[in-house]
Order: sequence, then C-alpha cells, then structure tokens
Amino acid sequence: MMDNTHKQSISIERIPLEEASRGIRLFKEGLIKYLLVFCSLVSIFTTVGIILVLAFETIEFFKVVPLREFLLDTEWTPLFYEKHFGIWPLLLGTVLTSAIAIVVALPFGIFAAIYLSEFASERVRKIVKPALELLAGVPTVIYGYFALLIVTPFLQNVIPNLSGFNSISPGIVMGIMIIPLISSLSEDAIYAVPQGLREGAYALGGRKLPTIFRVVIPTASSGIVAAVTLAISRALGETMIVTIAAGQQPRFTLDPRVPIETMTAFIVQVGLGDAPTGTLEYKTLFVVGSMLFLMTFVMNMWSQRLKGRFQQEI
Amino acid sequence: MESRFILETKCKRGYKYIEIASEGISGNFNLFKAGKVEEQRLSSRKTKFRTEGLSAWFGSHQALNNISMKILKNEVNAIIGPSGCGKSTFIRCLNRMHEVVPGARVYGHVYLDEKDLYEDGIDPVLLRRRVGMVFQKPNPFPSMNIRENVLSGLKLTHRLKKDEADEIVESALQQAALWDEVKERLNKPGTSLSGGQQQRLCIARSLAVNPEVLLMDEPCSALDPVATVRIEDLLHKLKEQYTIVIVTHSMSQAARVSDQTAFLLMGELIEVEQTNNLFTHPRDKRTEDYITGKFG
Ligand SMILES: Nc1ncnc2c1ncn2[C@@H]1O[C@H](COP(=O)(O)OP(=O)(O)OP(=O)(O)O)[C@@H](O)[C@H]1O
Ligand SMILES: [Mg+2]
Repeated sequence: MMDNTHKQSISIERIPLEEASRGIRLFKEGLIKYLLVFCSLVSIFTTVGIILVLAFETIEFFKVVPLREFLLDTEWTPLFYEKHFGIWPLLLGTVLTSAIAIVVALPFGIFAAIYLSEFASERVRKIVKPALELLAGVPTVIYGYFALLIVTPFLQNVIPNLSGFNSISPGIVMGIMIIPLISSLSEDAIYAVPQGLREGAYALGGRKLPTIFRVVIPTASSGIVAAVTLAISRALGETMIVTIAAGQQPRFTLDPRVPIETMTAFIVQVGLGDAPTGTLEYKTLFVVGSMLFLMTFVMNMWSQRLKGRFQQEI
Repeated sequence: MESRFILETKCKRGYKYIEIASEGISGNFNLFKAGKVEEQRLSSRKTKFRTEGLSAWFGSHQALNNISMKILKNEVNAIIGPSGCGKSTFIRCLNRMHEVVPGARVYGHVYLDEKDLYEDGIDPVLLRRRVGMVFQKPNPFPSMNIRENVLSGLKLTHRLKKDEADEIVESALQQAALWDEVKERLNKPGTSLSGGQQQRLCIARSLAVNPEVLLMDEPCSALDPVATVRIEDLLHKLKEQYTIVIVTHSMSQAARVSDQTAFLLMGELIEVEQTNNLFTHPRDKRTEDYITGKFG
C-alpha cells in the first residue's frame, strides 16, 4: 500500500464557509427551474388539449350516431349518400396491416437483436446497429411508393388475384420499417443482461444456444415485449404507407389481397377532402382519431410498464 | 480439531500466531494421538488438479505467471493474495472459464485427474459439468423461480429427468443448507431471497449437476458474518464429497476453512502449504508480510 503520510506540496486556498454570491446563485437556479417547468408544461398542455378536443368532438358525434351502430354496423360510409357508421371495416384494416407488419418484423427484429448482442463482434455491432436504425429514418412516403410501385407488382407475380391496392404489400413494407425499432430496443434489452448470468450458465456446463434461449432471452423478455409493443403502436399509427398502397375502400374483411382502408388513411382522406367544420363527416374524423389515440395510448402505456419492470429485474 | 491443536502447540513454541479458530482449544487431549491422525491424513492425500507452468493473459496483460501447484482431492483449497494478484484468473483457468473473456489466453497445463484440460479435443463445456463454479456476486437467474434455479444446470444441458426433479431439488437445497428456509416458497423468484440465501441457492444450483469440484470465487464477500458462517460450515460438510477451491480475501476465513492455502502475488505463486503451516511459519518473507498485514 502507498503511504500517504507525506505532506501535500501544493497549497490550496482554504474554503470560506459563507457563500459570497448567494443571491445570484439562487436567482439563476430559480430561472432555470421555471424554464424547465415551462417547457414540460407546454408539452403536457398540448397533450391535454388534444385529448379535450378529441373527447369533445367524439361526444358530439355520438349525440347523432348511436354507439350501437358504431360498434355493430359492418359498413363505414360516412361520405356516401346512404351513411353507415360501423367502425369495424376501418378497425379491421388497421389491425390487418399492423398484424402483417408484426409477423414480418418480429422474427427479423428479434433474430437481428440476438445476433448483434450475442454473436457479432464489437466492431460489426458498432456498424450494423446504426445502419439498421437508418432504416427507421427513411421518410414513410418513400416506403409507401416502394410498396405500391415495387412490392405490389412483384407480389402480383406470386399471388394470384392480388389487386393493385391491398393490405399485404403495405403490411410487409411497414414490417420492414419497424424492424429497426424492434431490433434496436430488443438489442438494448439483451445487451443489458449482466455478463454474470451468462457466465453462471456457462459454469453449469451450458452451451451457447441454451444459455441464450433459457437464460438471456427470458431475462430480457419484458424489455423485448416492451420493444414489440412500441412497434405495434407505431404500426397502428402509421399513415403514409397504408394511405398510398392499401387503397381507400373501407371493407369488412381480413383478406390481405383486396383494397381496404385503415383508420389513419380515412383521417387523411377526410382531411384532404372538404368536409365543412361542424358537419357529421367532420366529426367522424375525431371519432376515428380518438379510437386510434386510445389504441396507441394503451400500447405505449403497456410498453412503458414492461420496460419499468425490466429495469427493476436487472 | 487435530490441526488446531498442532497449531496451538506450535504457537507455544514461539511461532508467529495467527488466529485460526474463533474458539480456543478445548480439552486437554493427547498430542501424540492428534499428530498421528494428522500424519495419516496427510499421507492419504490425493491430487485432484495439477497445474504445470500455467500462465494466463488478458490481451497483452499477463495475469498469471508460470504457476505449478496441486489442488488436493476432498479438501478445501484456499487461494489468498492481494486484490488483482490473479486469484480469480487462476480458478477460472481450472474450468476453462478464462477463455470466455474476449482476448484472454492461457499457456501451460492443467491436469484434472492427470488428464490435460488444455489438450486438443477437450470440450470446455463438458469439463464445466464436472467442475462447478460459484461466483463472488450471487447470480441466480432472475427469470426463474427457486426450484427452476436449482434445476437450471440440468435443463441447460438437457439432462433433466422429470420424475427425479423433486428429489434433486430437495437434496441439492439440503446440501446447501437452504431447504428449510425455502421449502415453502419454491415457486418464488430466486432473486427474492436475501444475499446469503441467493449465494446458497447458487451453491445448490452447482451441486445439482453433481460436479466433482466446486470452485468458489470469494463466495462470502457480499455476505454478512452470519451468512458467512453458514457457508463456511457448509464447506466442512461438502469437502467429504467434493474437492473445493475457494478464493478469499479474508485470511481468517482461509485459516478457518481450508486445509491447504496458496498465496499468490502479482500473478506468481509465492507459496503453497498446509494451511496451519503457512500461517504459523511461512517460508517466504512476502507471505509473512502479507499474513501479518504489512501490505495488501
Ligand atoms: N476482463 C479483464 N480484462 C483485462 N484485464 C483483467 C480482466 N480481469 C482481470 N484483469 C487483470 O488481471 C489481473 C488479475 O485479475 P484477477 O481478477 O484474477 O485478480 P484477483 O486476484 O481475483 O483480484 P480481486 O481480489 O480483486 O478479485 C489484474 O491485474 C486485473 O487487472
Ligand atoms: Mg477476484
């Protein structure tokens, strides 16, 4: 051990116990505090404002259209002469495209995450991970036309009777778009599993794959599920790709080959048209918006909770 | 008892005294008889591990330098030395865990029952099924409950027979002196236990795969004195069935629990001796300085 008996050679000024410029410090601290509070309030008020507007117009809508029709009718034709207000066609359209997206993104995302965290060298990981994340940065309008002009014609060679607008092509492309979301967040979760747990499994004579699938992944599972939930929420709310490539025909179907309309696409459609303020058409916009908000909100909350649990476990 | 007696007599003959056992010597038993028993035990000693010119590196940093020593069968073998001297590295070479670290290398030989572990064709994974390891920080698997933790080794290696599971869980937890504390809550997460219980769970987990050797890297460093005593008691029992290698930074622990002690310093083996000999008349000046607290 070092002996620390030798005298300190540099002379350091003794610190006085009374603070010299207390007022200025308090002022600065206060200013910064209020600035921060203001900034967070802005975002909170915006959110609350949005929720209030959505809620208000939704209530207005249900004064005219009974909830029963909204939930039980299988047609959605608010812009036609003979109006129907069944939410199911839009809901199915949204769920179908999102489901296809998740089916595509889940295996790729998770395996990419496992590869990056457990097999790739540090160098490969440092290159591939940001490259994957770039995928998420491609403007969705480009994905949309990619689906419409490249993926759909290609799929038409494979799938008979595939119409030019359909849900499978935008679903697949949306899946590609959310792969990085799943892989990146899952990779974070897997990477955060302490090395000591892996060594614990190796010390018991475990090989690499059983260790990954029985110890590492289960430990990271809540983090992975949080990532997937977030990805689902992203898919539900995705607008551009489905508006461009899925068609704009609300249809009560789960057939991926025919044109459909998602909730987001409907909002775009009405928003672009000229539905006068205060009309029923105008209000449908907010009803569908509320539904969408509710769905993604629940997903995000759930994802947050899982993430919290994951951090606790680790 | 015998060894304590010898120690005490040596102390009276003027050797340096390191406190070996908390309780003093009890009874006035026969020096001759005690010596005889000890002698017999010494002559029946068998070697479990033998290292020959063992060196280990982390990248370009040499952590072990040319270590040749024996680990004795069915005894508690302690490794002591100041922080960073290579104790962990040494025992991690015995089950080939050292090479799990990227950039780590080993040179030299380690023989387990006279079989060279670093020979071509030796599968480190299979080796680790015979040489268990308990880590400094208790590391029960968070995704598993207590029962699953005990069975985890067998599940990881696909050797679990369903109908034997209950029996294995109970006997492993009994051996680790944890059964009575957890038998009512085997379905609770392993991480819900206290630190000392978690460490005993990790010991149970290692015992469940039925190893021959138990390597323990400072198993008590995260534990309070009571939990420490429980684990030390455990070692006395376990050595009848297993060979135990324990790294410890506590010299009194080494003295209390071990039969043989090795002193490492800066990656080199300074001295390996019968525990009471090492503490009473160390042959090397550096050992003497270390055990008398002059450095470290
Ligand atoms: N992963 C690693 N990468 C690089 N160097 C390492 C690594 N682990 C240990 N070392 C170095 O190897 C040497 C021996 O380390 P080791 O962990 O075996 O020491 P130790 O005796 O177990 O110490 P402690 O009592 O603190 O646990 C030290 O100098 C340490 O800095
Ligand atoms: Mg160590």
